[in-house]
Amino acid sequence: MDIQLQKVSYAYAKGTPFEKRALFDVELAIPSGSYQAIIGHTGSGKSTILQHLNALLKPTEGALQIGDRTITAGKKAKDLKPVRQKVGIVFQFPEHQLFEETVLKDIIFGPMNFGVSEQEATKRAHKLIELVGLPHTILEKSPFDLSGGQMRRVAIAGVLAMEPEVIVLDEPTAGLDPRGRKEIMDLFLQLHKERNLTTILVTHSMEDAARYADRIAIMHEGKCVLTGSPEEIFGNAEKLATYRLEAPRIVRFQRELEAKIGRRLQTLCLTEEELARAITAAVREERAGQ
Amino acid sequence: MMEKMIFGRFMPGDSFVHKLDPRSKLLFVFAFIFIVFFANNPVTYAGLLVFALLVIFVSRIKLYFLINGLKPVIILMVFTFLLHIFFTKEGNPIFEWKFIHVYEEGLRQGIFISIRFLVLVFMTSILTLTTSPISITDGLEVLLNPFKKLKLPVHELALMMSISLRFIPTLMDETDKIMKAQMARGSDISTGPIKERVKAVVPLLVPLFVSAFKRAEDLATAMEVRGYRGGEGRTRYRQLKWDGKDTLAMILLVAMTALLITLRS
Ligand SMILES: Nc1ncnc2c1ncn2[C@@H]1O[C@H](COP(=O)(O)OP(=O)(O)OP(=O)(O)O)[C@@H](O)[C@H]1O
Ligand SMILES: [Mg+2]
Repeated sequence: MDIQLQKVSYAYAKGTPFEKRALFDVELAIPSGSYQAIIGHTGSGKSTILQHLNALLKPTEGALQIGDRTITAGKKAKDLKPVRQKVGIVFQFPEHQLFEETVLKDIIFGPMNFGVSEQEATKRAHKLIELVGLPHTILEKSPFDLSGGQMRRVAIAGVLAMEPEVIVLDEPTAGLDPRGRKEIMDLFLQLHKERNLTTILVTHSMEDAARYADRIAIMHEGKCVLTGSPEEIFGNAEKLATYRLEAPRIVRFQRELEAKIGRRLQTLCLTEEELARAITAAVREERAGQ
Repeated sequence: MMEKMIFGRFMPGDSFVHKLDPRSKLLFVFAFIFIVFFANNPVTYAGLLVFALLVIFVSRIKLYFLINGLKPVIILMVFTFLLHIFFTKEGNPIFEWKFIHVYEEGLRQGIFISIRFLVLVFMTSILTLTTSPISITDGLEVLLNPFKKLKLPVHELALMMSISLRFIPTLMDETDKIMKAQMARGSDISTGPIKERVKAVVPLLVPLFVSAFKRAEDLATAMEVRGYRGGEGRTRYRQLKWDGKDTLAMILLVAMTALLITLRS
């Protein structure tokens, strides 16, 4: 499903003295099947954008195209359920949405709201609980007896169980241990590829944005100021700094290395593996040259 | 959707009303609640309304914003107005249509009650809008101090109140957040048939209660580790200051009371 934001502006508490404009004329096109990261300093409007993607917030100006639905300012949108089913959002700290007596019931809550049979939903729950790395026995436990990290995984399973075509992630790994982080992020990548999903990731981790996304957008003070491939975005350290962002560790390392040896590597590397390969190639080249 | 509610909200500013000492404001509003009942004829009710509007004007809070934020209360007011109009059967009939009979006295009573209601709501909202929750509780604690002799736990009550006031916006934000998360999972409390909406209450309330209890527990722990031992021997960082403005407000209050008493029939 293609998603397109056309000059979307949004103000919280519009029409009161507490009015707070959070988005200014945001233009962003997210083609079907892409992995889009949105990065930006805290308070730059990332979460506000995400809530537009399944019409939890409606633009105060501009329009939003989600698949074949158009959501415009001022127009009352009827029956948003189909949109909400197709666009699943994993909110910042999704563990706060758990409420059922058992983990199983909580996971099947979403799909059953969208008309999936209990049997089918239960089947999905069993499959997903394994995917998110938890034992089956946990399905019968109360979600409130779990650890924070386990709750997070259950909440993620609850959103995945709706089998959305677009999955929207708001800092899904904030507060998890490093190993858990990687597991969860790898799971999303795997699903993205297997099910041909459109994935939208908001993250403060430049490393994650560099490693997983194929397109990156930078938000700054409510505006979408820069879009491009990870190489384009992270290749320009000065520009990043003006938006109070930093290149990923690996890119900074490469730059320092290049400064030290006095020559540039051929490509900008975004992961450790890529960098190792590039260095090996450079060393080989040097030897061959001698 | 919660963001338009102004109940219990504070709007910083530097108007005359903002700068008053919380004690004088509290005394004023408290006395006002009783004074309102002196009014019993058109002149006195009109006087009350004009006075309330004047206070709003001086506080520099926009009237349309106030009315917008008090919508639920105003709906209640319209409802009582209609009750009075349709069910008071005294005085001369002034309007008749099929089974609807409106009498003079009904209209009179309806208008009076509405004004009383409106004026009270306006004054109390102005109090909370122009006074930070902390000042309100500080003022209240001082005003209630004499009751300590009667073994009333004044400090504890004030603390309870300030904590509740402090957490109203937090809980509102939290409600908004959880509501959105559940809406994203297809359970919508704000649209659709009543049956669906009722079903959506549990997924909203359970997480809300869980987090409220957790917050309360965290707060208790935090207070304990910082050595909180109740009000005994506690000194204050914020000192209240009574000055000319506050005396002026009190004079105004007395003058208005006298005026109402002379003008009432
Ligand atoms: N419910 C709300 N009411 C009023 N203003 C809000 C509300 N939610 C967010 N804002 C404001 O809108 C702006 C954008 O907030 P948003 O939550 O989108 O930022 P963010 O980029 O997600 O930040 P973070 O990285 O900290 O999550 C901020 O200035 C914030 O203060
Ligand atoms: Mg955010």
